[in-house]
Amino acid sequence: MVKFSEDKLKEVQSMIDRYPEGKQKSALIPLLHLAQEEFGGWLSAETMDYVGSLLGIEPIEVYEVATFYSMYNLKPVGKHVFEVCHTGPCMLKGSDDIIGYIKTKLGIKVGETTADGLFTLKTVECLGACGYAPMMQMGIDYREHLTEAKVDEIIAACRNKQ
Amino acid sequence: MATKLLLAKAHVEGIRHFEVYRREGGYAAVEKALKMEPGAIVEEVKKSGLRGRGGAGFPSGMKWSFLAKPEGVPRYLVCNADESEPGTFKDRYLMEFIPHLLIEGLIVSSFALGSNRTYIYIRGEYAWIVGILEQAIAEAKQNGFLGKNILGSGFDCEIYVQRGAGAYICGEETALIESLEGKRGNPRIKPPFPAIKGLWDCPTVVNNVETLAAVVPIINIGGEEYAKIGVGRSTGTKLISACGNINKPGVYEIDMTISVEEFIYSDEYCGGIANGKKLKACIPGGSSVPILPANLLLTTAKGEPRLMNYESLSDGGFATGSMMGSGGFIVLDEDQCIVKHTLTLARFYRHESCGQCSPCREGTGWMEKILGKIENGKGAISDIDLLWDIQRKIEGNTICPLGDAAAWPVAAAIRHFRDEFEWHVNNPELCQTQNFGLAHYADPIHVPA
Repeated sequence: MVKFSEDKLKEVQSMIDRYPEGKQKSALIPLLHLAQEEFGGWLSAETMDYVGSLLGIEPIEVYEVATFYSMYNLKPVGKHVFEVCHTGPCMLKGSDDIIGYIKTKLGIKVGETTADGLFTLKTVECLGACGYAPMMQMGIDYREHLTEAKVDEIIAACRNKQ
Repeated sequence: MATKLLLAKAHVEGIRHFEVYRREGGYAAVEKALKMEPGAIVEEVKKSGLRGRGGAGFPSGMKWSFLAKPEGVPRYLVCNADESEPGTFKDRYLMEFIPHLLIEGLIVSSFALGSNRTYIYIRGEYAWIVGILEQAIAEAKQNGFLGKNILGSGFDCEIYVQRGAGAYICGEETALIESLEGKRGNPRIKPPFPAIKGLWDCPTVVNNVETLAAVVPIINIGGEEYAKIGVGRSTGTKLISACGNINKPGVYEIDMTISVEEFIYSDEYCGGIANGKKLKACIPGGSSVPILPANLLLTTAKGEPRLMNYESLSDGGFATGSMMGSGGFIVLDEDQCIVKHTLTLARFYRHESCGQCSPCREGTGWMEKILGKIENGKGAISDIDLLWDIQRKIEGNTICPLGDAAAWPVAAAIRHFRDEFEWHVNNPELCQTQNFGLAHYADPIHVPA
């Protein structure tokens, strides 16, 4: 059953308090981030309906936002999501090779999750790290200046966390 | 050594913290501003010649003066920290290293504009920076610079951080406002402009991070002094985020009188092309501005050295020039393929199109497909003309500038590098394993007598 704890609900209320009276819909995008983190790293219909109920808005108002913004996962993802930038400035610095290396190493295509549920590989657009390319985002962090060796280290560290 | 108005203290140890920032002269501009009339602050910004640092370069003082002030209606200042233009990472740098500079600029600007609730809309992917900003805001509040009746001035001011969730289009001010209201980032038709009807239909000013940070030195040294730095209508300093095939990628604060050649080759800045390669091309202001071959980048069509300022980068219009744009300076060396690079940009714009306008929604996908064909050795010569035709039909026919931003890179690539496209078409197998190379792109340009 999708439900925030009492503490999380206090956090939700402080989010809503940032806006003028009656404008709580402005909390939708931050709230969807919170819900995605809390409920398995993705937004199921149940999660989205719950978020809508917290703000007093219709489910469709949540779905239309969740489907617009690229950071929301609408399907389950692996424990570690690699979001590798592939836009022009990163391409100049070898992002295509890094993506190819990760695909080979993990045995998955872009958009897929490994069979053990550990890793998902996504390609994303410019992350604002062009001077530190090639790079990727993992959760809250940027992993920059990627090399094959660095990728190996990151994958090993993720496996060791289990 | 150029004046550093923004980043001078960026690497002082502990500068992220209020006490250190204050010790280094921080928040003096707030103390000064609160003793001025809000109108006088707007005048200083006008005198400074400050232009929007997000990419459009619109005079900031003028934008501020458009703000409507109806009785009993709240006004809002919104800081655009959505930085998503490929090649651009200067706002990130400023927020990460010297967040209090932005907070200070926001407090001064909020007072000038009468915004009691100011929002920083930050792209969702800059997730760790949210904590940095909120910490700085909390510290400023603890010290009386935010909250009710700041420093006894009678002015209430709160700053909130609002996360985006992955949408380049939300860097466009009306799409940003839609997103802040909890909706899809669909740009609005202008007029009405946000200054009249913006956030929650209230008068709103949306400004870029760097623009608002620049308000601090403007108040500290005065608009007139600020305007003495730089040249012409390129006053003050500019943050340039340099990337691509250079030795020293990174963020640089420049005086806008330096030449492009100095910016690329001097050790004080980019340190030259990496790996002993030669310069082939450059996009000087973020992916949306025209790409230039090496020869037209370094000199104008008239044979004059090109400088790193608004006027000089635009010299020659799109026929032979480019734009300052966001300051995202992307350098391509002789081994890079212009067709492939243009393809990655076309893919970007197709991904980021909000879908409202048919020319953009359909045109971006179409251009990406055709560029993909040419890149993979399956294109025809007529495809190059078709690309030109499609971009021409997008430009100017959309609600917001994303359509133009998608069209311009394709137009510039064909305009200046057509033979590289034709070579792909005429050498479908060879182009899969070899580059077109430097060709004539660095040859001295012919200046008509």
